Amino acid sequence: MTQVATSPDSYATQFARFAEQTTLPVALAALRDDAFGCFDRLGFPTTALEDWRFTNVAPIAATTFVAATSAADYSRAALDALRLPRLGGPELVFVNGSFAPALSVTDGLPAGARAQNLAAVIANDAEGITPCLGRLARVDRQAFTALNTAFLRDGAVVDIASGVVVEKPIHLVFVTTNGAEPVLSQPRVLLRVGAHSQVRVVESHVGHSEAPYLSNTVSEIFAGDHAVVDHYALVREAEVAFRVGSLHATLGRASTFSSHTITLGGGLVRNEASVVLGGEGGTCTLNGLYLANGRQLVDNQTTIDHAQPHCNSHELYKGIIDGRSRAVFNGKIIVRLDAQKTDAKQSNKALLLSEDAQITTKPQLEIFADDVRCTHGATVGQLDGDALFYLRTRALSREQARQILIHAFAADLLGHIKIDAIRAQLDALLLERLPVRVGA
Amino acid sequence: MLEVRDVCATAGDRQILNGITITVNAGEVHAIMGPNGSGKSTLAGVLAGRDGLEVTAGSALFKGQDLFELEPEERAREGLFLAFQYPVEIPGVNNAYLLKAGLNEVRKHRGEPELDAIDFMTLIRERMKLLGMDDSLLNRPVNAGFSGGEKKRNEIFQLAVLEPALAILDETDSGLDIDALKTVAGGVNAMRSPKRAMVVVTHYQRLLNYIVPDFVHVLSDGRIVKSGGKELALELEEKGYGWVADEPAAAV
Repeated sequence: MTQVATSPDSYATQFARFAEQTTLPVALAALRDDAFGCFDRLGFPTTALEDWRFTNVAPIAATTFVAATSAADYSRAALDALRLPRLGGPELVFVNGSFAPALSVTDGLPAGARAQNLAAVIANDAEGITPCLGRLARVDRQAFTALNTAFLRDGAVVDIASGVVVEKPIHLVFVTTNGAEPVLSQPRVLLRVGAHSQVRVVESHVGHSEAPYLSNTVSEIFAGDHAVVDHYALVREAEVAFRVGSLHATLGRASTFSSHTITLGGGLVRNEASVVLGGEGGTCTLNGLYLANGRQLVDNQTTIDHAQPHCNSHELYKGIIDGRSRAVFNGKIIVRLDAQKTDAKQSNKALLLSEDAQITTKPQLEIFADDVRCTHGATVGQLDGDALFYLRTRALSREQARQILIHAFAADLLGHIKIDAIRAQLDALLLERLPVRVGA
Repeated sequence: MLEVRDVCATAGDRQILNGITITVNAGEVHAIMGPNGSGKSTLAGVLAGRDGLEVTAGSALFKGQDLFELEPEERAREGLFLAFQYPVEIPGVNNAYLLKAGLNEVRKHRGEPELDAIDFMTLIRERMKLLGMDDSLLNRPVNAGFSGGEKKRNEIFQLAVLEPALAILDETDSGLDIDALKTVAGGVNAMRSPKRAMVVVTHYQRLLNYIVPDFVHVLSDGRIVKSGGKELALELEEKGYGWVADEPAAAV
């Protein structure tokens, strides 16, 4: 009898079946097996771990999510309803972690630039990616990365040869939608940019589901010497969703990398970004904006590793925190012994809109070189009463005044976003999501 | 236009206004003078509805309505304007955007159609000329990084755009050099009209050389201790505030 048919299989059972059903080249199979071993050993993190002190993932651990193995039926109309920004370039759509070719646009790239899905690359050219997969996102450090790697199957592989300028942004859309069992969506992103090339990659992480799901993504970015790479992660998961996203990037000599992580939705969202300035004269910008409400938890963890001299990093995170929601920011900056003339700036600002909203913020500077400039600052505040009054004397309602001031708080960050379609949409979404509260 | 009767007000635990009575009619310009701490700015704040000030006694009618029953934005929509002593810097909010939003709220309240971008810009450019302002101030964030003079000019510019029935100018002269003072006063004078009343709050008589009032009231210790015509301001300039405070009437 199937008396426990409603209970999903354990991750070990799922992994055994997955490993049996999928054939991978030896090196990737080894990575996958190692990853599951690490996941099994590490287990989901607990708040006893310093990096997870304020983010309790017990609700994730308590549910067994089921790694989706194929794209669910998903319509163009459903995709359109998500109102994703139209970027005019290639758009690769993934549903529950699997590539959906019918919904995707893969042409429009110049010679020397390719955007493919990982499953196809594994089938055709696994050797080409083996040296890179898992090189930055180490499976022995973090259980979610291990879990993603253990079920490595699909995702996006973007390769830009040397000296190629890609004009249109490449849009990677990751949708998670209802399944019979709690869905585990684990796409992987690999972006390799050759020397002197330029590219912009936008990841949209969206979902619509009334049932909890786990979107667990890992992105690895290799930027060559003098490359210019702009990366965006737009997170608008469903209200009941869990998301853990890890971004790892390594920069070559004199390359310029920026990443913007914008979190507008998701029940529990953990964004990790880790960048190694691995060549002299590199520049890294890590910016983030998040809006938390209700009982949401938004956790941003960043690490910038200045491994070489004469590199700059700028970091600006801003949060608008309302209701009973919580936010965590942890910004680690490492300046290695050789990384003289480092210039690192970090700033984290939070606007608390309710009595019960909370932020925990921690800058963490580890500096081993002696000729460097590192600054960090954190501010937590409320709306300025004088400014509210001023706007009201100019005939604006309390609600309008609040909205304008909240929007203004985010404005400088939005100003850094260089893709007009994204900025315009965020502007609109921000105004829509801003809390409407009369008489508060 | 405005009838203030026996208004007492506190800020926190401190009693600041001790029974203010003043009547302002359309077309009139009233100056309210007084030494520091006499309650001038509190009076302006109470009329505009500033948080943290509590009216403990008295009444105020504005165009026949109970002013203290209205929210600050309702007062503004009814046509009450406060030019701030310290205009607030609001980074991230575009000056022109604020003006357009405010003006359209006022127009909606009056039952007039909202202005579109083109009509708005036409009006704005005309009003900018009054204050000798250039376009750059329009597209900057409200008061952010403005010099003292630019901030005060911006206040009067807002007045000129919103066209209130009653304008309260709180120490609009403070921090201005003589050229800026003349420009600002010129803007204010251009807005004088038989339909509009103004209350000019100032410490010094200097501003009143340029904005000549119909009435002058002297505030001391939260009370109006003396009222008169424009010559009263000159007398004060000559004799100082000690003179009015010593008058027997003030001791009541």
